[in-house]
Amino acid sequence: MSEAQESNYLENGHGFKSWFYTVDHKRIGVMYLWAIGVFFVLAAIASFLVRAEHLTPGQTIVSADTYNVLFTLHGAMMVFLFIVPGVAASFGNFLIPLMIGAKDVIFPKLNLYSFWLYLAGAAIFLIALAAPADTGWTFYTPYSIETGANVILITFGVFVLGFSSILTGINFIVTMHKLRAPGMTWDRLPLFCWAAYATSLLQVLATPVVGITLLLLIGERYFGLGFFDPAKGGDPVMFQHFFWFYSHPAVYIMILPAMGIISEIMPVFSRKPIFGYKAIAYSSLAIALISFLVWGHHMFVSGQSKLINIIFSVITYAVAVPTAIKVFNWLWTMYKGSIELSTAMLYSLAFIFLFTIGGLTGLFLGALAADVHLHDTYFVVAHMHYVMIGGTVFGFFAALHFWYPKMWGRMFDEFKAKIAFVLIFIGFNVVFFPQFIMGTLGMPRRYFNYAPEFQTFHQISTYGTWIIGVGFILMLWVLMRPLPGKAEGNPYDSLSLEWSMDSPPGTFNFDEIPTVTEPVYNYGTKIEAEE
Amino acid sequence: MEWLPTSASTFAPGVDFILWLVTIISVLSCIVVGAMLVYLVVKYRRRSDNDSTPAITHDSFLETLWTVIPTILCVVIFIYGYVYYDEYTTTPKNAIEINVTGKQWIWSFDYANGKKTLNDLYVPVNQPIRLVMQSTDVLHSFFVPAFRVKQDLMGNRYTYINFTATKEGVYDLYCTEYCGTAHSDMLGKVHVLSEAKFAAWEDGSADKAKKASAANIPPAELGKQLYSSKGCVACHSIDGADGVGPTWKGLFAKNRVFTDGTSANADENYIKESILYPGEKMVEGYGPVMPSYKGLLDDAEITAIIEYIKTLK
Repeated sequence: MSEAQESNYLENGHGFKSWFYTVDHKRIGVMYLWAIGVFFVLAAIASFLVRAEHLTPGQTIVSADTYNVLFTLHGAMMVFLFIVPGVAASFGNFLIPLMIGAKDVIFPKLNLYSFWLYLAGAAIFLIALAAPADTGWTFYTPYSIETGANVILITFGVFVLGFSSILTGINFIVTMHKLRAPGMTWDRLPLFCWAAYATSLLQVLATPVVGITLLLLIGERYFGLGFFDPAKGGDPVMFQHFFWFYSHPAVYIMILPAMGIISEIMPVFSRKPIFGYKAIAYSSLAIALISFLVWGHHMFVSGQSKLINIIFSVITYAVAVPTAIKVFNWLWTMYKGSIELSTAMLYSLAFIFLFTIGGLTGLFLGALAADVHLHDTYFVVAHMHYVMIGGTVFGFFAALHFWYPKMWGRMFDEFKAKIAFVLIFIGFNVVFFPQFIMGTLGMPRRYFNYAPEFQTFHQISTYGTWIIGVGFILMLWVLMRPLPGKAEGNPYDSLSLEWSMDSPPGTFNFDEIPTVTEPVYNYGTKIEAEE
Repeated sequence: MEWLPTSASTFAPGVDFILWLVTIISVLSCIVVGAMLVYLVVKYRRRSDNDSTPAITHDSFLETLWTVIPTILCVVIFIYGYVYYDEYTTTPKNAIEINVTGKQWIWSFDYANGKKTLNDLYVPVNQPIRLVMQSTDVLHSFFVPAFRVKQDLMGNRYTYINFTATKEGVYDLYCTEYCGTAHSDMLGKVHVLSEAKFAAWEDGSADKAKKASAANIPPAELGKQLYSSKGCVACHSIDGADGVGPTWKGLFAKNRVFTDGTSANADENYIKESILYPGEKMVEGYGPVMPSYKGLLDDAEITAIIEYIKTLK
């Protein structure tokens, strides 16, 4: 072991400055993890308050205006501060160089700058909380122009956060092109990297659009320019087009990295090569490209033309197919495998099942006639959360547990972590499943007040948040209290490169850049060869 | 338990058919995925650390299978979605047009014969209706679950909804595009009347009959009903809570200070003026958002509302 590698990355330097000025991709990844973790908790608290408000129709704990602020903050923080930068920036930073056999990302200083931009955007966002917006996270015009709340500051925060995303995306793309170890060909690239690549493409290509849109919005609010306000000759639907042109690809910015995580975890705990590597890799790219062409399905009842609606409906179904393919590929990876139900594996299996429900309920919304009825009801809320929590957040939790030994050099209490998993899984379904039925019955979303016949559904949903809340707390408690003793370099007998060094890795990851000689998920053959 | 709202339009059965079709497809798919998942996990659970596993990397037959089947299902669902949507968006030739205006947080309806109603839409049964809609401020969305119809309203262009109600009754109308403080109180009712009843309503005889029966209830009680049915509830609280407009609690006989610096006592004449010409005297701290109720409330109704306000101490 060389001098430089004697201390691991966590111990190489202590104190605030050693972290704040670090260019180590692992430390930056860990800092992202903490930052998004804080906003996840804040945004979750906002959602628990929203749900508590719904225990009774009319006012339960807060006024209508406060309720409108709470659901806006919940959505905006979850989307812009947690889930969009979330998995890609935290685990992407930590893992991509380790997985491709590099010592760091290609532009380490740019990487740190991206993190600072994230902090700057988050700080602006937090300052904006002094007079919080009440527009919903979608900032639809003309309401966002006419409301008395402070919309400029929060949208400017999102604008700054966008630059963080763009720069991270560029960094990852170039890193994967230029820094792959010898022998790490594209068809040996771990699927998490493929997913991160597709995500980065979306970040680089789509994020500028939301940046421009929010600038126009700020221009309209501050200088009175008439882009979107009909009173000034603008067009509010144009805002929706711009917004969803970013925000639909953003859905895949949120979900693709989680898909990548599942693709890593399934082979390891099945001891099988991933089933259909190429199908999964290419479907990530296909999803990324098609996702640019489906934004109009958020706007079937917005007043856009009938022909456009029909075209968007067709393309929407085209994006459903590659997603279905992935689900079956993950499942069939287990066929004839040797399956270990670790906590990470449980989260992955839950991901597959819940994401399937999320995807299938998308079929309702893609059908034009059905969407006319379901649009802007709780059905959409439930669908979206099945994809974003059942999908992304479960994938994120799977990653937290799976790479825990690598990241922190310790192990955690699997048994207690599994109890937390069970609570989160049950709680999640109790919160959101009733919302499908409630939405189909006609309960509109973003409703402070509601008709008494929906109360039972609302109450069940609210009780669910208490179960999932206890689950979150237990999970955090377990992860905050690692077991004594050091983790092995490769506790799961994984074959991918990030497990080939000590846990936690040294500052420069590899003493020598490794040479890759076989496919990444070469499980079955290896075990057969040993026999 | 009911899984769907009442079905009361010609469009509803088509939507319900899609909802059931996709539900069946979804439930079956969930069973397939769930059963596969549980079966594989149980059957191939790790027995020892040295389990041997085959290096299966792909299978063209299986992969084709699970590409083709979802594709076919998607095509079928799309087609049904398109067919019923096409029917819904095609205006029948004999449709009656009604103009709809959305405004924070009131619906108003203008009929061909000059009648105007607030929050209550009256339509004859089995008669194609075409709503021509616009908003005077932010976006709103017109949603009647029983008809399965929904369409956003905006300020710079008209949007349309076609429907034919098939069942007499009173159905909920919701605003489903977030529009601010009282978004969830921007509610209305759609009254589907028989041809005879609709004709009576149109020529006003139903109104007279209604008023005759209203004459039998105490004015304050009638005022309380009007408070909800005419949309006052969206902006004016009766419990002292601050809203878009001033609360009605303790309003009567209170001294009001206006934006122009003058002040007046909130007596009967002041309240009547505020209902008919809300822009005349703006109470400090509130904006000029209230619509005029001229022509929408008659004198007896205004008196009833004043009597109701008097009871709110």
